[in-house]
Parts: sequence; structure tokens; C-alpha cells
Amino acid sequence: MTGLPILSLMLLVPFVAAIACFFVEAKLARLVALLATLINLALGVVLWANFDVGGAQWQFTERADLFAGFQWALGIDGIALMLIMLSVFLMPICIGASWTSITKRVGEYMAAFLFMEVLMIGTFAAQDLFLFYIFFEAGLIPMYLIIGIWGGDDRIYASYKFFLYTLLGSVVMLIAMLWMANEAGTTDIPTLMQYDFPGGAQTWLWLAFFASFAVKMPMWPVHTWLPAAHVQAPTAGSVILAGVLLKLGGYGFIRFSLPMFPAASVDFMWLVFVLSMVAVVVTSLIALVQHDMKKLIAYSSVAHMAIVTAGLFSFNVQGLEGAMMVMLGHGLVSGALFLCVGVIYDRLHTREIDRYGGLSINMPRYATFFLLFTMASIGLPGTSNFIGEFLSLAGIYKVSSTVAFVCTTGIILGAAYMLYLYRRVAFGEQKNADAAAMPDLDMREWLMLGPLAAAVLWMGVYPESFLAPMRNDIAALDARLAGVAPAGDANLEIGEPLPVEEEADHGGAH
Amino acid sequence: MDFITVIVFAPLLAAIIAGLGNRAIGNVPAKVVTTGALFLSCALSWPIFIGFLTGSETASVVPVLKWVESGRLTFDWALRVDTLTAIMLVVITSVSALVHLYSWGYMEEDPDQPRFFAYLSLFTFAMLMLVTADNLVQMFFGWEGVGLASYLLIGFWFKKPSAGAAAIKAFVVNRVGDLGFMLGIFGTFLVFQTTSIPAILEAAPAMQGVSHITFMGMRLDTMTVLCLLLFIGAMGKSAQLGLHTWLPDAMEGPTPVSALIHAATMVTAGVFMVCRLSPMFEAAPVALGVVTFIGAATCIFAATVGTTQWDIKRVIAYSTCSQLGYMFFAAGVGAYGPAMFHLFTHAFFKALLFLGAGSVIHAMHHEQDMRYYGGLRKEIPFTFWAMMAGTLAITGVGIYDLHVGFAGFWSKDAIIEVAFAKGSEVGLFAFWMGVFAALLTSFYSWRLMFLTFWGKPRWIESEHIQHSVHKTPEQAGEDKTGGYHPHESPWVMLVPLAVLSVGAVLAGQLFAGSFLDSADFWAGSIAYNEQLMHAMHNVPWLVKYAAFFVMVTGFVFAWYGYIKNTRFPGMVAEQLGPIYRFVYRKWMFDELYDIVFVKPSFWLGRVFWQRGDIGVVDRFGPDGAAWVVEKGAGLAKKVQSGYLYSYALIMLLGLVAAISWVIFS
Repeated sequence: MTGLPILSLMLLVPFVAAIACFFVEAKLARLVALLATLINLALGVVLWANFDVGGAQWQFTERADLFAGFQWALGIDGIALMLIMLSVFLMPICIGASWTSITKRVGEYMAAFLFMEVLMIGTFAAQDLFLFYIFFEAGLIPMYLIIGIWGGDDRIYASYKFFLYTLLGSVVMLIAMLWMANEAGTTDIPTLMQYDFPGGAQTWLWLAFFASFAVKMPMWPVHTWLPAAHVQAPTAGSVILAGVLLKLGGYGFIRFSLPMFPAASVDFMWLVFVLSMVAVVVTSLIALVQHDMKKLIAYSSVAHMAIVTAGLFSFNVQGLEGAMMVMLGHGLVSGALFLCVGVIYDRLHTREIDRYGGLSINMPRYATFFLLFTMASIGLPGTSNFIGEFLSLAGIYKVSSTVAFVCTTGIILGAAYMLYLYRRVAFGEQKNADAAAMPDLDMREWLMLGPLAAAVLWMGVYPESFLAPMRNDIAALDARLAGVAPAGDANLEIGEPLPVEEEADHGGAH
Repeated sequence: MDFITVIVFAPLLAAIIAGLGNRAIGNVPAKVVTTGALFLSCALSWPIFIGFLTGSETASVVPVLKWVESGRLTFDWALRVDTLTAIMLVVITSVSALVHLYSWGYMEEDPDQPRFFAYLSLFTFAMLMLVTADNLVQMFFGWEGVGLASYLLIGFWFKKPSAGAAAIKAFVVNRVGDLGFMLGIFGTFLVFQTTSIPAILEAAPAMQGVSHITFMGMRLDTMTVLCLLLFIGAMGKSAQLGLHTWLPDAMEGPTPVSALIHAATMVTAGVFMVCRLSPMFEAAPVALGVVTFIGAATCIFAATVGTTQWDIKRVIAYSTCSQLGYMFFAAGVGAYGPAMFHLFTHAFFKALLFLGAGSVIHAMHHEQDMRYYGGLRKEIPFTFWAMMAGTLAITGVGIYDLHVGFAGFWSKDAIIEVAFAKGSEVGLFAFWMGVFAALLTSFYSWRLMFLTFWGKPRWIESEHIQHSVHKTPEQAGEDKTGGYHPHESPWVMLVPLAVLSVGAVLAGQLFAGSFLDSADFWAGSIAYNEQLMHAMHNVPWLVKYAAFFVMVTGFVFAWYGYIKNTRFPGMVAEQLGPIYRFVYRKWMFDELYDIVFVKPSFWLGRVFWQRGDIGVVDRFGPDGAAWVVEKGAGLAKKVQSGYLYSYALIMLLGLVAAISWVIFS
């Protein structure tokens, strides 16, 4: 650990660059944005390299009193570290994806992305309840702007939907936060994570936070903003929306709902399970019948996020670590899939699946990348998503084999809709002359997709790099939940049933 | 570096070089690298196998890399070599090396050769990872890896719509099996707290009958649940009844692929899994009963369909399905040695039959319909004799009293005998099914031979041949050859046929002693039941000769129907009417699944989307809210355009409230 306030620096760099972007012409704005995001990526690497795995839970802490008990409090644990890495890794790729496709108001566009980076990193690094709230809610404003200004034809409706859903959740969450700060007498998140709120209050607090996180996740049935937003957003907007913004809900659950309201979390376990099970089956089936590539991937995101919520609420190490790995893996893979859509959208300006076909012939390298990310999305072992799905489903199984069964059907349906998509895009004859004339990847696209492919394989073959920093934090959360975690429905009985007394003794020892 | 590391990773390296190099490095370097890697792996595998035969090798595990550690759920990359693995090593690397070589000739004119060879080598790598797995998750990695390679190779000619459809079908149907496999792994971890195969096998026997678990609300015997879940995975990969529908369609892939993946190696992964986990299955008698029943049912089902098909590859595909059924019911009655033995011999003679069929197809200008073959014996004699060796092997020709016979004689007869020797009801069922299927096997195998190599040429009826000779059947007149000259395949295709023919002739004779009767050979790598093997040799003589009788009967029927009186089969088919059509249409499984699964899925998807998301959620959610606002206060415009600011305002107000709260309290 260095004395450098590296987290503040990571917020400062894109912030300054964003301001600068307002005042420079388009060409320079692109360069400034790229440079700033690359510097942040480098800072992120420094951050990761200096993160002491197995050391203190909260590292790189910074604290400065602002006013009235309000604090500039930053600090990260392994979970936040990984999500920050995901953000800084995806940002330069997003700038690259917008390099040629955005031509109007480039400076403002780049500024919006850089502001978003500030707010995302801030959300993951904030250690003060209200600081978190500001970052968390404000992070969506640049997204509204990106959809509303640079989006497709129906952008107003999409951002209206996005706004309406998130507004409702955030109001009740703010009220809950106020109550918490008053009750516990602190706004320090690490302290609150250890604070035992009274049982009855937990229920209401949990519901208030749930209203916000469920929308951001998004969970069925408050998911309908997502397909609309994705379809209208420009490529880079979709990448960051699927890659990082969808992770805010999961981060919220793991940072707030589970550690702060463990008893209520257990009470509502079945609510989350049922919503997750419905989401896996229903949104997968919906994905199967889509004609719009972006909508298809958007619906598949809802199904994947349902594995996250079910994994989180299985209250055991595998479920929690699996959920985190699904978030990281999905961040890479869905981002990459939206990029893949963007690559051909830039050439043909349509998302209609049937307009393509036989792309393996004229775009073999593109088809190879697309195949890799398709397989990763399906959860093929050796890719990032397998680790997450496998661990979370193993964790869910411990709690309920029925829930695990329903969630695991997602691997069948996922294969069906993704391969069906791949077949229609990359296989078959070249039906349309304009699609057949599209050139293969250029250098810029290689530079965007190549690192993503490498990361997807790295996470699949050697996930230890990603699991190790989170291990102690998950273990701490698991310990916090140990008292309330349900026993699971397996009721495994090995050998002759133990005499009743011995069983009682055994139970008492805990 | 250990040899096993080279054996496993050389094909991967070759696949990466050929796949990424692709057109940049050109056809020949890509082929040399992949084929060379496979021959290297093959050359290193045989000494290991021979070492286990002679007893000089012992089981070992080579760690490679840490993989996952999550709480108590840990698994690493490692390469395990024991007798069972060694058998698979020689099967996989030998057949794969020969198929690589064969493809030099078969794929000669394909524009996309580096990709093909890269896929073949990638497949081999995944299959080797599967059989060297020391834990269930690495096995699953290999399992899915071969599935991916299979998907890519079935869809290799991706321009054909049927190839794309078959590829998806293969992957998705296998995923249904994988659902069982995954739940099986989760359950195993829950029960044993590990995914390490040796640790599970050590703990499993003590659990027999005394442990219970709740699975999806049902209170069941633990080991039965786990084994059945894992077996569902095996059913998918090994195309057992119910999950078999992808295998015949997989014939869309190039023929060398069918030989390697859909005959000799990948489809036997399920059998391998059951044998690898045999001590676990031994602790679950009910599950073993199910394995026996499914195996026997598949064996007879596929054999009936095989008798009616016209496409030469489909006949062999159903034959494969049927032979896999034999392997499963052998495992189900506890005879893992015979099951693995049949896997071993089958790999050679079935790969031979497929490659031979490929040579016929090659000679006949891509025609696959046997109705348009005939009289090819003299045209392509080398292929004919190779196919003959394969047919003698699969039908199990041999003389019991002299102890001589082709490969299938040793392994298939052992399976039929052991099913009888088991003495259980389901064992007897399997015995009768096995005997009847052997009759059908003999019939459809000879039917294939007679239609292809005997009789008069019927070539001109084939569209492929018509294209080749630029004639219609009318123009050709009496000359049913149409003037077409089938050509024998090049030597790169004939050498693999020759080598595999040696295997089909000798594999049984040479290795029967070790596989069937030597507990030392197995060295604990499978659950070896000495008593059962002993009983197998002491079944009544009628049982011993049953396979021989039905083999001859099948031959005679085929001879009568396809040489002596060629109208007879048509008459029989007409007499049977609906029964024949039911069998010809593969027992209507595809039609049934289409109605029960495929169509409803799309229908439900549309309903959930249009009625659910748009009709209910949006209507009463965001759209409804907009409507209310519009009706209520005429504020719609403000809301529609100013929502962003209202949002920011609410946030700001909230913060002011927060700050004041903190200050004043």
C-alpha cells in the first residue's frame, strides 16, 4: 500500500478529463477520453497489484470530514476491487467502440462516459452511506443522457421507462438510509455492516433497499426497462449498461441487504428464489423468440442476473462467490456480445437478425470471436461464465435442489437461444448482398475484442486470480450470515440415524 | 515433463496453431502440425497401455494447475492415468491419428481444411481431458469441450441449413443430459463434500442403502439419486433412448468426424463415466437396474430402426446407438470389464465401418443412399475387404469351441453371457434384448454389405451420379451404371482402413484375457466382480451359442432378402404397414419432441413476451403511469420532457433532507 490516495486519483482523472472534453473539438475529445480511461486502467492495475490479498478487509482507505458529519470516505475490499477493475477495463473499450460511430456532440458524449466512470468507481469505493447514495443514483444520469441524446429512434420512451423504474426504488431507499443513519448513529458502511438492526425494522429496510436493487439488477418483473434501454442505447452505452450498471444491484445486495439485514434476507429468501426461478425460465423463453439482436442479449442478461440473485440468497460461500463470478463474467461476456452486435450494426445499421446470415464466410475472424463469446455466455467450462454459474448453482443446490433444478434449466434454454442466434447470424448461406459484402474486423475492433477474449479465457482457466481477493470478504459475509442461514432442504442422513441425544448435543455445540 | 502432459496438450497446441494460423499458414502446414501431434500422442500412449497390460505401470496423477477454490468446493486441473484411462488413451489417440490421416484424402477438395483439422485436434484434446480427469468438474470440462467440438464439426459445412440445425440439436439435447450431470455433481459435492473422484469412490460403498436425501421434495436413497442424475448426463452424451435423437442427425458432419466422434470416442464418454464411477454405481443397485434397462431398450430400439434406413451413414449411426446400449447394460449388470472391452473393440470396428462408408461415399460422388449402390465389390475391392472385416467384427463372427473370432465375437458375446449370468430379472430382460438385437445387428450389417457391394449397379438413379455423368436415367437406358466409374480412394485413406482392419480382426483375440478375466489388469480402476466374471464363463451352452445362432440367422435373412429374392423386403414392409412406417420414422421421437418441447417453447416465449412483458408489466407499469399522469393532470408533457430534472431534483431534495436530519438529530 502506498501513501498515494489512489482511489481519489482514479475519480479525479476521468473527472478532469470530462471537464476538458466539453471544451475541445471532437478529435481531441476522443483522444482525451481514451487517454484518461487508459490512465485509469493503469491505476487500476496498480491498485490490484498493491491490494494485499488476505490482509485487512478495507484497504486504500481515505477519510476526510466534509461538513455536518458528512464524510469523503473511500476504501475497498476485494469485492469492490474486482468490480472497479471490471469498470476500468471496460471503459477504454467503450471509448474505442464510440470512436467512429459517434459523430454528433462528441465532446459531451465523451464527458458523459467519463462522468459515468467517476460515478461507478465512486459507487464501489464509497464507504459513507450518503456518499454511496450520491454516486449510486447519479451514476444513472449520464446513462439517461447517453440513451436520450445519442440513442435510437425511440430513445425518449426508453429513457422514460428507465427513469420511472429507478426513481421509485431510489426514493424509498433514501428514506431507509435516513432511518438507518439515525438509528445506528453512523453513516460508515463498514460499521453498518456489523450493526444489528432490530428484527421488525430489518424487514422494512430490506424491502426499501430491495425496491432499488431489484430494479437495477433487474429482476423479473421490473426488468422491462432493460430491453428498451439496450435497444435504444448506442453500442458503448449497452456495453457499460450490461457490463457495469447491471452489477450495481448485485453489489447492493452483497454490500447492504445481506450483511446489514441478515434476518430479513432469510425471511425474504423465497421471494428472491421464486422471482429468480421465474426470471430464468420466462426471460430465456422470451429471448428465444426475439428478432432483434440487442433485445435477445438484453433478455439473456435478465436470465443471467437471476442466477446472481439466487446465488446470493443461498447464503453460503459457493453461492456468494459464484454470484460475484457471474457478475464479473457476465460483465465481460455481455459487454463483448454487445460489441459484437455493434460491429455489424456499424456496417449494416440494423439489429434485425434475419438481415444477416453466413457471416462466417465473409467475416471469419468476427465469427470466431462471436462464437467464443456465445460459448462463454452459454457457460462452457473454460470460460468465465462457467465458474460463476457452476459455483452459484452448487450453492443454490445446498439450500434447495428444486430451485437449483429450475435455475439449471437455464443452461439448456441459454444454449438454445444463443446457438439459434449464432446460427442465424453466422451460419447458413449469405442471403443479403449487403451483409455478404461486409469486411472483416479492422484493427480497432481487434483491439477491443482481443483483450475481452483473453480475459474471458483467463477467468475460466485460472479464476483463482479473481477469487483470491474476494475470499476473505466472502468468508466474513458468510460468517455474518452463519447464524441465520437456512439448513437446506437435503436433510442428508448418512448411515444409521444418530441417537436423538447425540444429535441434540451436536446441535448445541454450535 | 511427463509423457501424459505431452499426450494431452500436443493436440491442443496443434489445434491453436492450425486454428489461429488458418489461411495464413496454409493447408499443408496445418495438416502436418495436427496430424503430427496426434501421431506423437498415439506413439506415447501405446507404451503406457502396454505398461498396464504387463503390470509395469501403476496409477499416477500429474497436477497441472490450480483451478477453483470456493469454500470446501475445490478442484484443480490434473491428469490421472490408470488402467481405465490408458485404455481410453490408446482408443482416442489411435483412432484420432488415423482419422487425421484419412482426412488428408477425404477433405482434399475442401476449401476450409485448416479449420477442420484444428477442430479435430481440439476435439481430441477435450476428450483426453475428459478421460484423464481426477475430479468430476474436469470431467465435465472435457464433456462440454467434446460437445463444443462436436457442435463445430457437425456444423462444419455451415452453409447447409440441415448442418446448422443438426449442430444446434446435438448441443441442446446434450445440454438436457448435462442438466442431470451438473445436478449430479452438486449433489455429490453436497453429500461427500468433495468432487475428487478417488475420494468419492472411497466413501461411496459405505453409503449403500443406509443414506437418504431429499431431492426436489422426495425422500430418496442418496446413492440412487446421485447415480441417476449422473447417468442422465451419460445418456445424453452416449445417445441413449430418449436423448438419442441428436446422433442420427449428427451424420450431417463430414464422415471422418462421424468415425472419430460419433462412433469411436465421444459417444462412449457416457460408458466411460459409468465405469469410472463404478464403485459409486455399485452402491446404488436401483440405479444400476435403470442403467441396464435403458441400455437394453436402446440396444433393441436402435437396432430395429437400423434395419429400415437407406442412408449408409444413418444405418451405421443407429448401429452405434445400439452397440452403446450393449455397453450400458453390461455396466448395468456390474460387468464393467466387458463393457469397456466392447467399447475398445467397437472403437476399432465402428471407426473402420464409418471410414469404409466414407470411402464408398467418396467413390460414389457423395451419394449416401444405398438404394443407388450395388455391385461395388469389384470396383473398390480394398474398401470392400475393409468393410468386410468390420462387418465380420460387428456381427460377432467366431467359433466358440476353437476360441477364434473377430473382435465383436469376444466382446459382444461376453456381454450377452454376463447379462444372463447376472440372473436378475432386468439382467434376463437385457439378455433377451441383447440376443434379439444381435440378430438385427447381423441383419442390418449384411443388408448394408449386400446392398452396397453385391447385386447389380443401380447408380444412375442417384442424382449425384447423374450430375457427375451428365445423364438422366432415361438417357442411360439399360446401363444402370450410367457410364460412371467409381474410383478407389487414395492411399492416405486406405492405410487407416488397413490398420483398423487389423484391429477389427485381432483386438478381441489379443486382449480378451486381460479385459475380461484379469483383476490385476484393472488394478482397482473399475469395480471388478470376480464372481460375476466366473459365472459368465459357466453359463449353459445354449446361452453361449445363442449369439452365434442369431448371427447366422440374421445373415440368412439378409441374404434371402437382398440377394436371393430382392422383392421380399418390400413385401414384408407392405405387410407390416403402420409398424414398418413407425420404425422407419425412428419411432416418431422427433415428431413427438417437436410437439411436446420445441413448439411449446417458442409459443410460450411469444406469450410471455407479448402478453406478459408488454401486455401486463408495461401496461400496468410505466405505460400505465404515463397514462395516469396524462389523464390526471395534463402534466404529461412536463413528465415526458422534464423527468431528468425532476429526478435530479428529488435526489437533491433527498440529500438536503438527509443533511438536515444529520445536523438536527
